[in-house]
Amino acid sequence: MHSKTIAQLISGLRNKEFSSVELTQHFLDRIAAHDDRYNSFITLTGDIALTQAQVADQRLAAGDAPALCGVPIAHKDIFCTKGVRTSCASKMLDNFIAPYDATIVENYQQAGAVMLGKTNMDEFAMGSSNETSYYGPVKNPWNTNCVPGGSSGGSAAAVAALLAPGATASDTGGSIRQPAALCGLTGIKPTYGRVSRYGMIAFASSLDQAGVLTRSAEDAAIMLNTMASFDAKDSTCVDQPLEDYTQGLAASLNGLTIGIPDEYFGEGLNPKTAEAVQAAIKTYQSLGATIKPISLPHTHLAVPAYYVIAPAECSANLSRFDGVRYGHRCEDPKDLADLYKRSRGEGFGNEVKRRILVGAYALSAGYYDAYYNKAQQVRRLIKQDFVEAFADVDVILGPTAPNPAFEFGAKGGDPVAMYLEDIYTIATNLAGLPGLSIPCGLIDGKPIGLQLIGNYFAEGKLLNVAHQFQQATDFHQQTAPATA
Amino acid sequence: MEWETVIGLEIHVQLSTQSKIFSGASTAFGAAPNSQACAVDLAMPGTLPVANEQAFKFAVMFGLAMNADIGKRSVFERKNYFYPDLPKGYQTTQLEEPIVGPGVIEVELASGETKSIRLHHAHLEEDAGKSLHEDYHGMSGIDLNRAGTPLIEIVSEPDMRTAEEAVAYLKKIHSIITYLGISDGDMSQGSMRCDANVSVRLKGEEKLGTRCEIKNINSFKFVEKAINIEAARQIDLIEDGGSVVQETRLFDVDKSETRSMRSKEVANDYRYFPCPDLLPVILDDDYIETIRNTLPELPDAKRDRFVSEHGLSKYDAAVLTTDRPTADFFEAVAKGSGEAKLAANWVMVDLAAYLNKSETTLATCPVNAEQLAGLISRIKDGTISGKIAKQVFEAMTNGEGDADTIIDKHGLKQVSDTGAIEKMVDEVIANNPAQVNNYKNADDKKRPKMLGFFVGQIMKASKGQANPQAVNEILLKKLGEQ
Amino acid sequence: MAVDQSDIEKLAELARLQISEEAAAETAQSISQVLELVDQLQAADTQNVKPMAHPLDAVQRLRADVVTETDQRESLQAMAPATQDGLYLVPKVIE
Repeated sequence: MHSKTIAQLISGLRNKEFSSVELTQHFLDRIAAHDDRYNSFITLTGDIALTQAQVADQRLAAGDAPALCGVPIAHKDIFCTKGVRTSCASKMLDNFIAPYDATIVENYQQAGAVMLGKTNMDEFAMGSSNETSYYGPVKNPWNTNCVPGGSSGGSAAAVAALLAPGATASDTGGSIRQPAALCGLTGIKPTYGRVSRYGMIAFASSLDQAGVLTRSAEDAAIMLNTMASFDAKDSTCVDQPLEDYTQGLAASLNGLTIGIPDEYFGEGLNPKTAEAVQAAIKTYQSLGATIKPISLPHTHLAVPAYYVIAPAECSANLSRFDGVRYGHRCEDPKDLADLYKRSRGEGFGNEVKRRILVGAYALSAGYYDAYYNKAQQVRRLIKQDFVEAFADVDVILGPTAPNPAFEFGAKGGDPVAMYLEDIYTIATNLAGLPGLSIPCGLIDGKPIGLQLIGNYFAEGKLLNVAHQFQQATDFHQQTAPATA
Repeated sequence: MEWETVIGLEIHVQLSTQSKIFSGASTAFGAAPNSQACAVDLAMPGTLPVANEQAFKFAVMFGLAMNADIGKRSVFERKNYFYPDLPKGYQTTQLEEPIVGPGVIEVELASGETKSIRLHHAHLEEDAGKSLHEDYHGMSGIDLNRAGTPLIEIVSEPDMRTAEEAVAYLKKIHSIITYLGISDGDMSQGSMRCDANVSVRLKGEEKLGTRCEIKNINSFKFVEKAINIEAARQIDLIEDGGSVVQETRLFDVDKSETRSMRSKEVANDYRYFPCPDLLPVILDDDYIETIRNTLPELPDAKRDRFVSEHGLSKYDAAVLTTDRPTADFFEAVAKGSGEAKLAANWVMVDLAAYLNKSETTLATCPVNAEQLAGLISRIKDGTISGKIAKQVFEAMTNGEGDADTIIDKHGLKQVSDTGAIEKMVDEVIANNPAQVNNYKNADDKKRPKMLGFFVGQIMKASKGQANPQAVNEILLKKLGEQ
Repeated sequence: MAVDQSDIEKLAELARLQISEEAAAETAQSISQVLELVDQLQAADTQNVKPMAHPLDAVQRLRADVVTETDQRESLQAMAPATQDGLYLVPKVIE
């Protein structure tokens, strides 16, 4: 059962091949048996899952089954889940039981999905390797000496290890697409504003967007159908008509124009990654697409702009964690300053502290114009690059990450080396565009990701382009060796 | 050396919305601690703000009333600092692009002069919670019910030169916001709070002196006091060879002094930046014009109308229009009685004295406008005299009902029946032959004074109810016949 | 732009983060590396470019002034570190 796609599970449940309780128990058993190796979950919610599964079975029996009725999924621990610990992989929230559900969690509940548990991640979604979690690193199912990517590493590892058929995730600078690439999955970050951010613990509010990790583009379309909604509780959520993303999957790619940005194939790109991406381009040509070289001239400024804007926003977003109303509070604070400094000093890990300090620096008197304002200007230039490119092409294609999964500690104490792993994914967050990663090959037994970037609200097109690739290739059907 | 004080005010006004500026929690006063602090107000992880339209409407009303520019595009920013009454660790406020831009208003001074005070800008922001300093095992208690209540902060230019001007400006702002109905303006409850920036310089000097900010002054009286005390402190300091340090100070009412709030001085770098959870608010001309067309009559316009329509003096009109309930009360009395000048007198003198003495307000006053108009009508038609009217008014304040009921019940109706008065006059003349004799022998100069004696006797006999004019006429006639 | 240990101490004060002395030296170094990366921005020509705070250039929706929240104090304070009589407790606030 665990090797089936979500599409297959939905039909299996409806055809009474198995019940949701059986299916859910099966995944819970697998998690119990195998997750020691991956550490992909922070909190398991077996009791809730089985209760939800029973309800789902009743609804299936009654013929009143919503879209994902009875399908087990995992939620990244960045999403608030009522009555369940929501830690964001931080000591700060180790004791935080969310008093409400995130809007997307509600959406999945209403669609009848079953929650297996909450997945591990980089602390407050800050990281590209899942090494910053308070609950320990997540291991890549393809090679447990390697990182799964981050920050949605737990969701990616859980799906890649077949411990969940799909998982929710979030992406601020590549946190869905990079782990999708490193774990051989399909991962989509929708247009900024397509999915509600209410109840998703904020890292960088103008960049954060929830999305999904699955084993096929079709599954991603099914899951995104439920996740996407207009939400009046999120001022930045866009009131745009919803579409059924599965509808356009089968469309032919004849006449499609794919832009290939020069800047995504320069220095720093692993030659073997480049090779696999070139092969994918050939596949697309054979599917009828036209390839067009394009330029995104400000690409090299995306990482620098991001590492001003994201820390600036996070430095304010994380001020609420002060030991007063919830979360970690230090022992015996001697005064108010001590309460703040020790609670925050003890509750946050090093990478989180580093970003808070960088953000405070970029916003402080005398530096605001040189850093924050400049980065926001550059952000407009980066968006403009894309707007101009999309005048000529339908989608943009390139590598998701320069390298396949690296070993734990490989980036050592150099934060910048780690930041550069997101060099191809960050620009889409700055511009607010949708981006998707699909597997396109292996290097030394480790997956490589192909990134597709779409125009605003063109998730349907992206999923169609990804699905057609998956109809012509079988990279997405390969699973990590240990999962068999 | 002659010194000049330079004053600028920052006035915080709580807007009378039902719900908070960024959440659906109630803003009602006096609820149990934290019972009106929802997940958004508490800055629970993952919660997000959504801006309240009514707060914008109120801010635009204020801007229009101040003849100020309206920010068709306004942007919320985050002002970062840590304080336990500030749950998010930043205050959502406006800085670069506020909702209300520069404007100017005129204030009237006691001397009869008017003075123009420029508005720098006014912006929307959220209020903080409250720290309660009663001892909870050596701890402070935090109540976040107030957190997220919408405020407009009204920032003046440093255009005021005396404490009196500052108070006049503050009263003008108070009058405008209460006229608009956008706030109850109750300073004692903190609905309106004032920070004063005070500096001094030698008269004729152009350059501004170093200023101190006096925080959270909570009455008109204290504003005047605090400014005078602070200006005197700065002058003493400079005259003794010292210099003023720019800082935040607290006004201590009991000690009649301002003192430094060093706790607020630690490295304030607020690191403002546009709030990424909120988008720019764009208001179009239609929206603004619709609000303009529904603005109520404002104090200055009402004052001028009272002069032209009711024939009041400018001073009386200004006093009656200071607050809207008084102005509305006066108009109702004037209309009901048809006697504007008498109405003005009664509202400004007798009613005001009663409210002052009984520490009540018009809202809770037992005498309503209809009753007071009824009373004035009875003076006008001669049913009672002005003197008896005061007695009737007192009975009204005791809740005895309308003028006619009270007049009937106490038999206060004025006697105008000449037969009855003639009879009383005859009696008084018959009983006081000596005085009558004196009167007859006196010259014309002394007579009016002596006449007073007889009038007094008759009024006494009639228990004040005899019509004084009729008494006079009949008395003169009868004494002449003697 | 490089930062030294004393800069880190000032920033840590602003951000209310306790950072030990050893950690401050290390943090100064790693933050200097990050700043070196972001200093690449200075080379960009941004004359006449408006800063962009939001990716979509969208405008704020305003909500109607309606009370939608009820008293949830009990559940919201269930995980508070210290409360009494419905108040959150903190070390004495001195004004």
